[in-house]
Amino acid sequence: MIDIALYIAFGAIGLAQVLAMVRLILGPEIGDRILALDTMVINAIALIVLVGFYWGTQVYFESAIIIAMLGFVSTVALARFVLRGDIIE
Amino acid sequence: MLINVLIVVILIIGAFFTLVGSVGLLKLKSPMARLHAPTKASTLGVGSLLLASMIDAFAHREPSLHEVLVMAFLFVTAPISANFIAKVHIHRRSNVDALPPLPEGTEWATLDAPPDQKIEPSEGLR
Amino acid sequence: MTRHIFKRLLPHPMLTLLLVVVWCLLNNTIGPGAIVFGAILGLVIPAVTAPYWPDRPSVPQPWGMLVYIFIVLWDIIVANVVVARIILFKSNADMKSAWVRIPLDLRKPEAITILAGTITLTPGTVSADLSSDGTELLVHALHAPDPDAVRDEIKSRYERRLKELFE
Repeated sequence: MIDIALYIAFGAIGLAQVLAMVRLILGPEIGDRILALDTMVINAIALIVLVGFYWGTQVYFESAIIIAMLGFVSTVALARFVLRGDIIE
Repeated sequence: MLINVLIVVILIIGAFFTLVGSVGLLKLKSPMARLHAPTKASTLGVGSLLLASMIDAFAHREPSLHEVLVMAFLFVTAPISANFIAKVHIHRRSNVDALPPLPEGTEWATLDAPPDQKIEPSEGLR
Repeated sequence: MTRHIFKRLLPHPMLTLLLVVVWCLLNNTIGPGAIVFGAILGLVIPAVTAPYWPDRPSVPQPWGMLVYIFIVLWDIIVANVVVARIILFKSNADMKSAWVRIPLDLRKPEAITILAGTITLTPGTVSADLSSDGTELLVHALHAPDPDAVRDEIKSRYERRLKELFE
């Protein structure tokens, strides 16, 4: 029963990833693209968590944490670059 | 058995909210409105998936708690990235024609810079 | 004197506690080894970074903070359902987005940060900017036929509680 729910969740989040990618390509504003990338990072974390759940291992959590941190830092860096034309002042 | 039903329900809720976040990202029409959907729906969605994984670990495998760490990190960082993206929209005047006015002498912080340091939103970035 | 030494050894006691808990969670074990090594990290990191962080932010009553966190978590769940309904079933033409200006009674930066984070996490509203003198908060609401109602709800539900906690 859990297997079926996991397949549904994989499908839903894969679809969510595709929708976010469409927004990334369409734009139109640069803020929309940054937001789409941020959403894709969060969805990728969800997929990694699901893979760890499906295979019943704990080894994927470190990668989930690292992707969460990298995603946050890259979102802030991109936004700061647009705001200031520079990342570190 | 009952615990499996609980896990399935939480999994489906999490997947549903993650999907709704991306649907909103694609469907809504103005840049500021688009900011609403993913920053929150996705955090609750991923939060539910992590909760399901944690309950499953306690019920069927060795107990594990480090999902809490990912959850806490996402909940702390989501408002900050949303705030930065909102500042980008204000800076690039995407949806800003209707910003509420402030009393004389003050200005919204993103638009307020000394004249010599003002950075105009460049048209080249798209 | 003892107080001085205590302050020298533990410049940020809550940070020390947080580091121990995070280290145990990262290891995914609560054994003596993890706690001892976490305690070493919890002693060294605040001491090394203390020069960059001279003021100790005041920590409000932990019990009140816990109640506040649970109120916010409940609101996140309820409001997520509301926003999901808006996204899925409302056409773009019916959506009334609005900017809301919130005059702040809070003055402490920590309290304003927590208020802005709360506003962003409860769906339907995003805190976007602060006025340059820090007395007004700019909030964007996804669907608000009556912007004044949004402002009053934020002020009575979250800001009043934070004011009791911090000031």
